[in-house]
Amino acid sequence: MISKPTIDWFALSPELILLTAAGIAMMLAVLVPKRAEKPLAAVVCAVGFLGAFIAAAILFGKSAHGHGVIADAIQRDRLGALAQIVVAGSGLLCVGVSYSGRGSWRHAGEYFALLASAGAGMIFLVSASNLMTLFLGLEWFSISLYILAAIDVDVVGSLEAGLKYLIVGSFGSAVLLFGSALVYGVTGKLGFADIAHEIATRGLGGDALLIGGLAMIITGLGFKASAAPFHMWTPDVYEGSPTAVTAFMSSATKVTALVLMLRVLVTAFPERSHLWTIAIAVLACASLAIGNLAALVQRRVKRMLAYSSISHAGFMLIAIAANNALGGRALLYYLVVYSAMAIGSFAVVAARERELGEAVTLDNLAGFGWERPFLGVAMWVFMLGFAGLPLTGGFVGKFYAFSAAYQRGWTWLVIVGVAATAVSLYYYLAVIRAMYMRPTEELQLAPSGGSPPREVLLSASVAVALTVTVVSFFAVQPLIDLARHAAAALPL
Amino acid sequence: MTGSLTTILILLPIGGALFVWLFPLPRFWVGSFALLVSLVEVGFWIDALARFHFSRGLQMEQHVSWFKDLKVSYHVGFYGFSLWLAGLTVVVMACAIGYAFWAGRERPRAYYGLMLLLTGAVVGVFAAQDLLLFYAFWEGMLIPLYVLVGVWGGAGRLGATVKFVIYTMAGSLLMLASIIVFGLSQGTFDLVESGTSGSIWIFLGFAAAFAVKAPLFPFHGWLPDAYRESSPEVAAVLSGVISKAAVYGFLRIAIPKFPGPTADVRTAILVLAAAGLVYGSLLAFRAPDFRGVVAYSSLSQLGLITLGLFAGNDLGFDGAVLQMVNHGLISAALFLLAGGILRRVSTDEFAFLGGMARGRPFLATVLMTTGIIALAVPGSSAFAGEFLILAGVFQRGWIWGVIGAVAIVLAAMYMLRLISAVLHRKKGGLVTDAALDLRPAELAVIVPLVACLLALSVWPAAVSGHSFAQNRATRDVATQFSPRAYSLTTTFMATGQGITPVPGNCKVQGSGANTLIICVNRVSP
Repeated sequence: MISKPTIDWFALSPELILLTAAGIAMMLAVLVPKRAEKPLAAVVCAVGFLGAFIAAAILFGKSAHGHGVIADAIQRDRLGALAQIVVAGSGLLCVGVSYSGRGSWRHAGEYFALLASAGAGMIFLVSASNLMTLFLGLEWFSISLYILAAIDVDVVGSLEAGLKYLIVGSFGSAVLLFGSALVYGVTGKLGFADIAHEIATRGLGGDALLIGGLAMIITGLGFKASAAPFHMWTPDVYEGSPTAVTAFMSSATKVTALVLMLRVLVTAFPERSHLWTIAIAVLACASLAIGNLAALVQRRVKRMLAYSSISHAGFMLIAIAANNALGGRALLYYLVVYSAMAIGSFAVVAARERELGEAVTLDNLAGFGWERPFLGVAMWVFMLGFAGLPLTGGFVGKFYAFSAAYQRGWTWLVIVGVAATAVSLYYYLAVIRAMYMRPTEELQLAPSGGSPPREVLLSASVAVALTVTVVSFFAVQPLIDLARHAAAALPL
Repeated sequence: MTGSLTTILILLPIGGALFVWLFPLPRFWVGSFALLVSLVEVGFWIDALARFHFSRGLQMEQHVSWFKDLKVSYHVGFYGFSLWLAGLTVVVMACAIGYAFWAGRERPRAYYGLMLLLTGAVVGVFAAQDLLLFYAFWEGMLIPLYVLVGVWGGAGRLGATVKFVIYTMAGSLLMLASIIVFGLSQGTFDLVESGTSGSIWIFLGFAAAFAVKAPLFPFHGWLPDAYRESSPEVAAVLSGVISKAAVYGFLRIAIPKFPGPTADVRTAILVLAAAGLVYGSLLAFRAPDFRGVVAYSSLSQLGLITLGLFAGNDLGFDGAVLQMVNHGLISAALFLLAGGILRRVSTDEFAFLGGMARGRPFLATVLMTTGIIALAVPGSSAFAGEFLILAGVFQRGWIWGVIGAVAIVLAAMYMLRLISAVLHRKKGGLVTDAALDLRPAELAVIVPLVACLLALSVWPAAVSGHSFAQNRATRDVATQFSPRAYSLTTTFMATGQGITPVPGNCKVQGSGANTLIICVNRVSP
């Protein structure tokens, strides 16, 4: 007789809402006429993300004391809820960004269904509390994203991106699975807290297999977070995928992977923290170095932003490596702001791309700021935010991350971060230079005919991202309170 | 009540900038609105000046928590000297905006919005009493400047902006690292509450940012390009105001918060400042163009101001503040005059200039007056400032006084060369009779600057005697923030029990029962 666990349906509500939306969108692809498919599917998907957002917000309010639910397979706590809020918000903005696209919409229903399903997978994953649910959630959203990356079947680059993502991503998942198996083999436990307990009571800290497993788990999550040296897929996939999908990948995937990394490391391996903090710090330095240096020489904006996202993974890994309460807060604050900036900047790139009908480079961005003032100013703010200049939350995020590293006693990590920021300025300012400072004779305006397309939903998404980026600078206290409550769910 | 005045001074121009950006006013109205805002700003500053009690220290404070867990707050207020520098800012910015309005700039909404934003940011730097807030305003200055030089500058502006930004950001980010380490080790980022630190590295982080921004020799690589490629009013702001924000950083943060390191590196900084003073003067003497002379004279004057600051005594501090205000007004006026000449002759190279005094009495009078004040003729405010600085630094060592005095001679050489090259000599190749005298609008923006200089010449003590509380720098220093306020006391602690030395403030030697804790303690006034 197998005893069935009681199921806390409320804890699962964000996933369930999104799954329902995905199902309905998929049905729409078959049932409604082609003409109505795109608007209906988009509305269903948006409602799904909105519902998940609200459900996660309520969950945040009602989960002050974190506890495991459904046989401790998932953890209902504020850390998960906050990450779910960010993922759902990113998804909602991405629906806005994708909707205005003028590309082929032969698969609108499938597109929005996959978007909702990827969101559901991420939302499930951030609250995972044992190795089983971890792998399940990871594959769930990854498979959705593999298809999304290749959804523009007419574009060779998109197919290539999908395939690359599939192969490299599967490799990452396999490593993670192998690592999980090793950890399970040593401890005999699946739950994160049980693993920690087992390591502590049985003194397994020095076990070579356990440490190997830990390293493999970090590697697997590093693939998803696109931290160097596991970043090789990032530039190609980000460049090849449809830009709206890239926006979603760069924000939501990173949120999920980093929150999960923090959760696993802090909950399951507190005994080995002297090992993994150093490992994470090394990954952070590698990401900062590779991301920033490679971004310097890019001419294509999407590729440049891809390398910049690698370097931001580095900044956020600094917060994880700090392994203290301040670091937890720093990571969550940074993730909120970073997601907004990432979606916003890719949305602006998408707008320019649609205007020109070709990939956006630093050269054909010339004059963009004067032609479309709102998007130009927004891009300007996002770049300043990425570079960590004041008046954007990016500054406060970096400040917190560096403070956490200093509190850990790692002043050298602060110096590395500061040096990386200095390098990053060059390529972020290059975008501003391209948009505003080219002399008129250098402008090569695409003869698109008439005024630029009005993309209300895209502009609205950019406006929301812009608001989050700027307001987070002024209203630090409320946001950091959220982050503090969320981080309090972990034994930091 | 008076605290809100400080906030108004910061937020009024920023609000004006947002207004200009959000509401599509016609070209003419944008300029006049920006000018109006900058004049109202001057009015508020005069109001603040009238309400200010020069016998007290920090006042007009406002304190709102920003983020609690790291003890960062929006804390603003003015000391005597910061109020004077804020005054310099609002006056120079108003003149610069007026000049731009007269000269006409492309894309006026973006332009005036950025100028107003810059005004707010610089006033914020002078008012900030919290390190992170200071940094936010500090970077807030860079963003509009970057665009102002990069979009409205001359032909070589892109190279100039890249150099400018990379130099200054390298310095600023070192300062950010220093701020984090200093703030967290002190437990607060508040400048008033935090104590002092003995760490040479943190000090150098701050000093790097200030030395690059000022710039001090040998960090002046960005200076000639940025000053030459900017439009004249932006160059006026750069050399008149922004450089003062950097030197202010030394006065408010680097010197008072790091008494030990300041004493350690004093000689090195004095040597660099003296080198910059002489080197800048020589370069100014050799510069082939008007703006080159002003740019390099800026380098040399900032060396002089730094000499005064690192003299570390009353005379030096008083003189440095007076000279900051003087030099801000002088270089702003000179850059605006250079702009006027550029409009008439289309070049400011001396080879093509000359003989412009003939038939242009206003130009001749204004340039002559400014130039004569700039070369510190006795009786001028610049003379008062330089005299105080030299007297102060002489107490530190006679050699500094000698170098400073030599530099004054050099200043006379390059200023007289400039005056004669522009106004006198034979008529230059590109100077035509059609080139008009200064127009009333130009006079309206330059004469106020010169008038301020003349007023200061009559009463230099208005600034030098009203910068530090109780009219004495040392006294002020004793109650607020100077090396003299701290005396080295040695304390023996029997056992180490329960004693947690403030990091940076104390040094622990030995261990166990015979722990020796050497603390730099604050002497209560």
